[in-house]
Amino acid sequence: MTRRSRSALAEPAPVRWLLTAVTLAFLALFLLLPLVLIFAQAFAHGLDAFAHALEDDDTWASIKLTLLTAAIAVPLNTVFGVAAAWAIAKFEFRGKSLLTTLIDLPFSVSPVIAGMLFVLLFGRNGWLGPWLAEHDIKIIFALPGIVLATVFVTFPFVARELIPLMQAQGTEEEQAALTLGASGWRMFWHVTMPNIRWGLLYGVLLCNARAMGEFGAVSVVAGHIRGLTNTMPLQIELLYNDPGEYSAAFAVASLLALLGFVTLALKNFLEWRHGDELAALRGRG
Amino acid sequence: MEISIRQLGMRYGDVSALRDLDLDIASGELVALLGPSGSGKTTLLRAIAGLEPVDSGQILFGGADATRLSVQERRVGFVFQHYALFKHMSVLDNVTFGLRMRARATRPPRDEIRRRGLELLELVQLGGLEDRYPNQLSGGQRQRVALARALAIEPSLLLLDEPFGALDAKVRKELRAWLRQLHDDTGYTTIFVTHDESEALELADRVVRMNQGKIEAQGAPA
Repeated sequence: MTRRSRSALAEPAPVRWLLTAVTLAFLALFLLLPLVLIFAQAFAHGLDAFAHALEDDDTWASIKLTLLTAAIAVPLNTVFGVAAAWAIAKFEFRGKSLLTTLIDLPFSVSPVIAGMLFVLLFGRNGWLGPWLAEHDIKIIFALPGIVLATVFVTFPFVARELIPLMQAQGTEEEQAALTLGASGWRMFWHVTMPNIRWGLLYGVLLCNARAMGEFGAVSVVAGHIRGLTNTMPLQIELLYNDPGEYSAAFAVASLLALLGFVTLALKNFLEWRHGDELAALRGRG
Repeated sequence: MEISIRQLGMRYGDVSALRDLDLDIASGELVALLGPSGSGKTTLLRAIAGLEPVDSGQILFGGADATRLSVQERRVGFVFQHYALFKHMSVLDNVTFGLRMRARATRPPRDEIRRRGLELLELVQLGGLEDRYPNQLSGGQRQRVALARALAIEPSLLLLDEPFGALDAKVRKELRAWLRQLHDDTGYTTIFVTHDESEALELADRVVRMNQGKIEAQGAPA
């Protein structure tokens, strides 16, 4: 048997093994182990203790608040993200690079600062504070503030996912749809949407995971009112700092982690179900 | 349908893409726009389709002013250089797209749409491939799907942008003869853009030579 010649990029076997081993060890140590520990802690005192921790009214309220916040923030950012990506990828206009930079702002600014920004705007002593108080509108220390902070922090996910995708796809298919008589709206639903849906789904799932998990910005605007403005991450911190509730903290934490897994599992399931279609989309039309 | 272009002008910033261009095309004629890249031939084609806004002048379709009509209203069959087939749709869905997008009042029933789609696929010699996806077809087959898709809307005229540009030499020769035959059978007024002189001379009733946004010369091939 003749030795096959190695391609220029192929490393010798020991190097490949070493690289793989280092990657796996790193993943196990920094990603897998902490997750396992969270679940181990959550069930350390048995199923009953776990169930008991989740029976608490304040904990339930925090779970509902987190789901409600995500249910408002994620659709909003889906619409904003598609609109922003569309504008950037398909049009030429003045100030485009500024818009691209602005989209990244929530990633580059600390979430705590984002939270403070909303307090400065809507807080009792903020710019709009007196006006809001006059009209009896509560934003800070209430649901609107939590949603605003979450929307701000999770804004880039959908847009960032879609911009390179839409830029690569160009506008020819859209133009073809127009020449064939489709209205702008039908063109969007029948041509653009099917072409971006996988990227969109991925962006939405990431956005959702982050919306449920956001701590810093929400912590500043929520005010930590038990049973009212505590989201799951805030509730976890609160329980964690209470020596008697240590294991309850991990019970809620494991639940939050589980919500994250469900999103990822969903994504993988959809990719597996629609594999053929994905392959068709990757090929050139 | 006869097409008249009157004093058409278009600029990109400081650059003139079309300069006061006049052109008349008779109904059923097959015209080639020939010229080097940057001569304005594709710009003119896209302006006729309504894909590019013009700055001055008029475009008349059958004597009626079409300059301000939207792309959809012009009902032009446009074949893009890289075909722009819908990747996520089967060949049949691509071809019937224009019919399916019609307003409910003028949309044919579902079986009728399917029947006409299959008929068009026969016409472009792709019978039996209706369930394939574009990425499962060869370049020449994609080209013909794009053509069938454009014909499905019963266009007022047919515009082709470098129709053979992305094909290899052998397929190109075959398709040329076939397209000429199709034109003679269907009788659509057709304009195509090319930078290949022999292609223009072999295929067209009339060759229009463009350079720097103007028509330099025109005439029937000798």
